[in-house]
Amino acid sequence: MIINHPLLGPRDAQEFTYLGDASLIDRPDWEAADAQEQFYEYAYLRDNPAGEHRELWFHEIGDRSWLVVTRNTLTHEITSVEMARDVARSKGRSK
Amino acid sequence: MIRAAQDNRLAGGAIDRSRTIRFTFDGKSYAGHPGDTLSSALLANGVRLMGRSFKYHRPRGVLSAGSEEPNALVELRSGARQEPNTRATTAELFDGLVAKSQNRLPSLKFDAMAINDRFSNFLTAGFYYKTFMWPAAFWEKLYEPIIRKAAGLGSLSLQDDPDGYDKGFLHCDLLIIGGGPAGLAAALRAGRAGASVILADEDYIFGGRLNAETFAVGMQTGQAWAAATMAELQSLPNVRCMTRTTIVGAFDHGIYSAVERVSDHLAVTPAGKPRQILWRIYSKRALLCAGAIERPIAFENNDRPGIMLAGSMRAYANRWAVTAAKRVAIFTNNDDGHRTAADLLAKGVKVMAVIDTRADAPRIADCELLPDAQVTDTTGRLGLSYIHVRLGDGSERNIECGALGVSGGWNPNVHMTCHQRGRPVWNAEIAAFVPGESGTPGLTVAGAANGDFSTAAALRTGSDQAAAALRDLDIDAPALDLPQAEDAPINLQPFWYVQGGKGRAWLDQQNDVTVKDVTLAHQENFRSVEHLKRYTTLGMATDQGKTSNMGGLAIMAELAGKSIPEVGTTMFRPPYTPVPIGTFGGRARGKNFHPTRETPSHRFSVEHNASFVEVGNWLRAQWFTQPGEVHWRESVDREVRAVRGSVGVCDVTTLGKIDVQGTDAAGFLNKVYANGFAKLAVGKTRYGLMLREDGMAMDDGTAARLSEDHFVMTTTTANAVGVYRHLEFVRQCLFPDMDVQLISTTEAWAQYAVAGPNSRKLLQKIVDPDVDITNEGFEFMACREITVCGGLRARLFRISFSGELAYEIAVPTRYGDAMFRRIMEAGREFDVVPYGTEALGVMRIEKGHAAGSELNGTSTALNLGMGRMVSRTKDSIGSTLSQREGLNKPDALMLVGFKPVDSTHKVTAGGHLMTKGTPVDAKHDQGYVTSAAFSPSLNSSIGLGFLRDGGNRFGEILTLTTPLTGADVDVEVVSAHFVDPKGDRLRA
Repeated sequence: MIINHPLLGPRDAQEFTYLGDASLIDRPDWEAADAQEQFYEYAYLRDNPAGEHRELWFHEIGDRSWLVVTRNTLTHEITSVEMARDVARSKGRSK
Repeated sequence: MIRAAQDNRLAGGAIDRSRTIRFTFDGKSYAGHPGDTLSSALLANGVRLMGRSFKYHRPRGVLSAGSEEPNALVELRSGARQEPNTRATTAELFDGLVAKSQNRLPSLKFDAMAINDRFSNFLTAGFYYKTFMWPAAFWEKLYEPIIRKAAGLGSLSLQDDPDGYDKGFLHCDLLIIGGGPAGLAAALRAGRAGASVILADEDYIFGGRLNAETFAVGMQTGQAWAAATMAELQSLPNVRCMTRTTIVGAFDHGIYSAVERVSDHLAVTPAGKPRQILWRIYSKRALLCAGAIERPIAFENNDRPGIMLAGSMRAYANRWAVTAAKRVAIFTNNDDGHRTAADLLAKGVKVMAVIDTRADAPRIADCELLPDAQVTDTTGRLGLSYIHVRLGDGSERNIECGALGVSGGWNPNVHMTCHQRGRPVWNAEIAAFVPGESGTPGLTVAGAANGDFSTAAALRTGSDQAAAALRDLDIDAPALDLPQAEDAPINLQPFWYVQGGKGRAWLDQQNDVTVKDVTLAHQENFRSVEHLKRYTTLGMATDQGKTSNMGGLAIMAELAGKSIPEVGTTMFRPPYTPVPIGTFGGRARGKNFHPTRETPSHRFSVEHNASFVEVGNWLRAQWFTQPGEVHWRESVDREVRAVRGSVGVCDVTTLGKIDVQGTDAAGFLNKVYANGFAKLAVGKTRYGLMLREDGMAMDDGTAARLSEDHFVMTTTTANAVGVYRHLEFVRQCLFPDMDVQLISTTEAWAQYAVAGPNSRKLLQKIVDPDVDITNEGFEFMACREITVCGGLRARLFRISFSGELAYEIAVPTRYGDAMFRRIMEAGREFDVVPYGTEALGVMRIEKGHAAGSELNGTSTALNLGMGRMVSRTKDSIGSTLSQREGLNKPDALMLVGFKPVDSTHKVTAGGHLMTKGTPVDAKHDQGYVTSAAFSPSLNSSIGLGFLRDGGNRFGEILTLTTPLTGADVDVEVVSAHFVDPKGDRLRA
């Protein structure tokens, strides 16, 4: 596979390591009343779609950016690649 | 040795008769010419019998003239270069080639295992599933050894492969797979347009089917046109022409893998050259011009040597000037079979008859034509002698012939369009599957691979499809002035197998699958094609059923009362043809299997008789053998005693070091460590436990605060990469606005543990005079940037893994070797020793420090005895889920120590702990031992491990059981801190 890195252009997937569902960005608030339940879902429950999937890839043999790659799990077609940090900020994550 | 004459050689052909080359087959010497394959040369010498079949050991000859060959698999070469299961049809002849037949005992002509053929009724589909079910004990002792001995075709040399292999990367606008008429026309159009083109063909000459036919292309022969086209292509700098190169797989995003056989056609790989290269080709577009593969018709005893595909028979005659026999016959259901008769007649071969299943068979060749007729059976020992023909009026006739060309039509070579889930679609006109719409993205198809079988159609579609592919890339490719070429339809009437036989009509010759096997599978309800394939093994051999799948599908369709497209096809998967393991390995073998990382003290360690252990890519000194030491334990015990008695030095550079800087550095560490770091004072170091989000321990180490916004953290050697990845995840994905930067400095600093009661005295000789390392000036857990040896910058940490008064000193890596030697020199008066990872391990077990065996992915902070370290006043990764009820039960596993009751007994890591007198089973399991060692300090074997409610069970005697070895030992539960439990030595 080829991942079109937003900063570095097309790179072979072998330069990356895979983590999984991009929902790992959505880490719950530890002080929420139902934090235990939220963290349980965060840590263990994943969708396993046949089709479009947003997932985290780490450019380990590269610039060490975490990327959010939107990939079709049936065809492996990649429709978007974003910097995970930008995605995290867009979801309101900060410090 | 007898030298046979080339009795079956014909006139013409693309062989170089000016040179004769010698080769042997089963020890007998033969002659051939450059341009021959092993199979063409054997046929020229009258050798039809080339192997024995896989299951029934039936005599087999060559079926095809290409890489689809299921039968003629031989062992090539000898000694370490011996290569089993090589297709004789693709092995190029070279002087001195040594080939042997396979799967026969003792000889090809007399094979004792052919007795299997007599028992064929027992060896049908599902034989293994049905026969070896009972009794279970017989499997391991009786059945398996027999099957293992009988199974398989070739044998391995069991020696190291002396040849080298390589990998390479190529990029192009258009990859053209196959260099027949379609591929050549495509390459010409794309090449002239200036596109970057790779043209690859598995053959050693370009031209594909043109080399096997007598057709004219324009005013030239097909071969001359191909040669002229190649001359132009090779003159174009933007076109790379690769012969002997098979595209073996189509992967995501236009990536193809190709195997180039650089020197398989030579006696010995030239020095410095690889035998084969595995190419990874990044293409923007690809065009499949892989042609078509002829399919046989099944009839009784259709596997006798001499029976081959009609198109291959024609290829042998036209390209290699060879006939398999003086008298031949043709059995066909289409016009193409007649061409073989015509071409062989033109070469002076006696064609006894053309047997055509069609009532309206045309007269094309000038020989006897038997329309509406079928070949019902054959006879001949070790090779074809007669065919038995049933004529349209029901009468029967025997025809004497030594070879029979069979044509059941042609299957487009759709293989590459299926590697990305593409499913072929049925084309009734040619009664074959053609590539479907949803094939491999970026891959289009031209010529016979798309079902366009004529030469004219191949040229036209090749050119058109190349232009269309380049149009996608905004490259305009002007039209070609294409030459005239034959444009005849093949006029096929589907016909798959001859009825009325005993069912011993072969479909898959490589895996010995017959019509009867398919019928049986249907009877036993294995009716989906995927079930059929696995139950009968149809198409599961190394040829992936290139010549056999269609026949099986057709019969299954007929039995099920469905059409062939309704039954569907199985998947073709990479590789297209078998690839040697060595080619996949490339250069990554032996010492080069992975990179080797040497520590800064490596040279010193080698000089001082260190034994090394691989930790990830690192080579670490395990122990240092001194003169007189025979057993490794002697060395390790001595090193432990020396450290505890005076001082020792150990290279700990391999521990991961991560520099953490920024105004939020402390806040960041607070997030990734379960315990608090915000209040750590500058100049202090703290132990840190890192959890995964699910609350399990991930890693541990120390973090030293060098300044307000600068920490240096360490990780375990094994987890250095993973922890760094995790920290970047936390930084970029969870807390994107924290002002913190990370960089791995593992390789930047050489770091040594100097441990033992005399460590301070030793280091005082190393550090510069203004550096105060007295107990008051540099207390336990202190850290500081200092200078050593007269101004060299260094970092000093007062941390201890051994439990002794100890320091870790770090200097820039380029000074690492010198520093290690300086420490040894300065420590001579204290009898300093270098110590390795074993002594390090012994001392940390004596001290009760957890390491990799305890941080095993299932242990929590609580299990490790560090439950209270997990701060509840702040958020950190894993803190919430570590509080789950199930992980905090009163009887949770706790890290404790174990001592054998009888000090001569041994504690074994991996053993399980049972309360005395209870049954040894999982239900009564009390825990397990994670680490064990002989403690020179206690003069006893000791262990660490996890025990239910372990903190409250000191003094209890348990049974440590290791059912694998059958050894049970009584052990006493003790504190994990065997040595200096109060830590007085650390603080001395």
